Amino acid sequence: MSKIGRFGEFGGQYVPETVMAAVQELQAAYEHYREDPDFRKELHGYYRDYAGRPSMLYYAQKMTRDLGGAAVYIKREDLNHTGSHKINNVLGQALLAKKMGKRRLIAETGAGQHGVATATAAALFGMECEVFMGEEDMERQSLNVYRMELLGAKVTGVSSGTRTLKDAINEAMRDWTTNVENTYYLIGSVMGPHPYPTMVRDFQKIIGEETRRQMLERTGRLPDCVVACVGGGSNAMGMFYDFIKEPSVRLVGAEAAGKGVDTALHAATITKGTKGIFHGMKSLFLQNEEGQIDPVYSISAGLDYPGIGPEHAHLFETGRADYVDITDEEAVSAFEYLSRTEGIIPAIESAHAVAAARKIAPQMGREQSLVICLSGRGDKDVYQVARYRGVTIHE
Amino acid sequence: MNRIDETFAQLKKEGRKALITFVTAGDPNLEVTEEAVLAMDRAGADLIELGVPFSDPLAEGPVIQEASQRALDAGTTQVAVFDLVRRLRRQTQKPLLLMLYLNSIYRFGKERFFSLCEQSGVDGVIVPDMPYEEKDEIEGVADAHGVYSIRLIAPTSHERAATIAKGAKGFLYCVSSTGVTGMRSSFSTDFDEFFRQIKPYASIPCAVGFGISGPQQARDMQRYCDGVIVGSAIVKVIAEKKEAAAGPVYDFVRSLREGMDG
Repeated sequence: MSKIGRFGEFGGQYVPETVMAAVQELQAAYEHYREDPDFRKELHGYYRDYAGRPSMLYYAQKMTRDLGGAAVYIKREDLNHTGSHKINNVLGQALLAKKMGKRRLIAETGAGQHGVATATAAALFGMECEVFMGEEDMERQSLNVYRMELLGAKVTGVSSGTRTLKDAINEAMRDWTTNVENTYYLIGSVMGPHPYPTMVRDFQKIIGEETRRQMLERTGRLPDCVVACVGGGSNAMGMFYDFIKEPSVRLVGAEAAGKGVDTALHAATITKGTKGIFHGMKSLFLQNEEGQIDPVYSISAGLDYPGIGPEHAHLFETGRADYVDITDEEAVSAFEYLSRTEGIIPAIESAHAVAAARKIAPQMGREQSLVICLSGRGDKDVYQVARYRGVTIHE
Repeated sequence: MNRIDETFAQLKKEGRKALITFVTAGDPNLEVTEEAVLAMDRAGADLIELGVPFSDPLAEGPVIQEASQRALDAGTTQVAVFDLVRRLRRQTQKPLLLMLYLNSIYRFGKERFFSLCEQSGVDGVIVPDMPYEEKDEIEGVADAHGVYSIRLIAPTSHERAATIAKGAKGFLYCVSSTGVTGMRSSFSTDFDEFFRQIKPYASIPCAVGFGISGPQQARDMQRYCDGVIVGSAIVKVIAEKKEAAAGPVYDFVRSLREGMDG
């Protein structure tokens, strides 16, 4: 078995031969540019002047007082340009694609945050862009569909399978297989074949690195716990990575439990998944005993995915990170809670992390601290949350 | 000796090229698949591939995607596919191959999977999402049970072709063009150049597949290699004729055979 791109037994490069040469070309390009000072300087220029980094670290005083335990801090990835952490990875990969001479970007998207970020980078760098999105998600996130189109991208609806993120990835992979010579597949999470899980994590690890620095400046010590939501797992890997080597920092991922992990309607891959090989990687997946991938469900289109990045599978298996389940109801309640308590409307994805923090912080000491990775802002989710609560608003 | 080797040796002796045909197992049900395979056998197919349905067949175009979904909706399981192979083995000695995604083998259990291949009479497997670099995932177990794991080479493989060809068994599955399975009206691949990159390293036969949709294309393609693979065009006949597909499948495969031999 190949050793490259493995996290324990997870990871690998399980893709059709047609794209294997492209995967290896990307691997070589990434190995080259990741160490290249000019590339890093250019990318960090975009991070600072275009994306608005470093993102702020906010001390949530009212939430801390209300929960009565650890001091709660919020890493404001929602304040990045385009409204989520997705821009960190997209700027890195789009710049890499440009250096590689690729003219066309394709991407999959669930909630639309990654698609919007990719469409933005394509506009910035003058590249053609096509985003694949499940038709079910296009209905849930029509605002983001229009944003992508405004940015000049073509949004292609995917009607196969469950019409959600998984199927959008299938279709993006099919397009990549067809147009591999001129197309760069800009994967939005820490998933897919090597080098994507490593590369996306590297472009996102700035979240944790900034958090470390900001916490040291603010409190003089590392946080005791960091919490992030997990779909494919990119904002969580970005937050976790710099703290993996710090045994005192507890790492917690919040998975989407939908209507509950004991129903068929959830997307809790770590809790309920089994080992499998799919979408280019060996990891954990929600699947039946025949290896057919299960339809999954979450109120959050961004967490509605039957797999998880291979590094998370490894962090789980080695016990380094903990993963908790958050239901739709808990996420919506946290969405409302953060809005009222701190005046911050979180993305429904990020609300899963807020919900986890509401459970964890009260069990911690007042001298301790907890950081929530607030991966995105919630404007896109207002309509759906209103509907969930039975409120009719006109779009 | 594996039936795949025997078949290609016999064809070579006769100066003919292999016709390799594909159907999705369980589309619209396993009884029709059984009839269709036997019809293809009688019509002159030399090797037969059975597609094992998968929820997310990402190397397939719409025709086989839909067939896969119909087969799953009909309740087709891996064990039922092995039962089908057992029944077919009593009626034909042509090589039978399973085309399936790696997760289907991995989740089923590699040892159990290949031991059932051996017991039921499967001669080879084609796994489109397992590149050369990950071949050790199954090749050792497959070998131990006398089942060939067929390797694929694509127009984008270039210098990879030499490495892939070395140590390959059965035949090399040469993918005609970039993209997913499905009928194509023409090809942009330079086949002279493509096979120039493969032939010097290939000690086993080469067969070309993906997109070949009719007798004329089969005839045109066979001069480059040792076999021609036709899938989606047959699956489309089954999609249209459903339970009554066996006759039309026979006629279509017969036309391919005549196109190649005529």
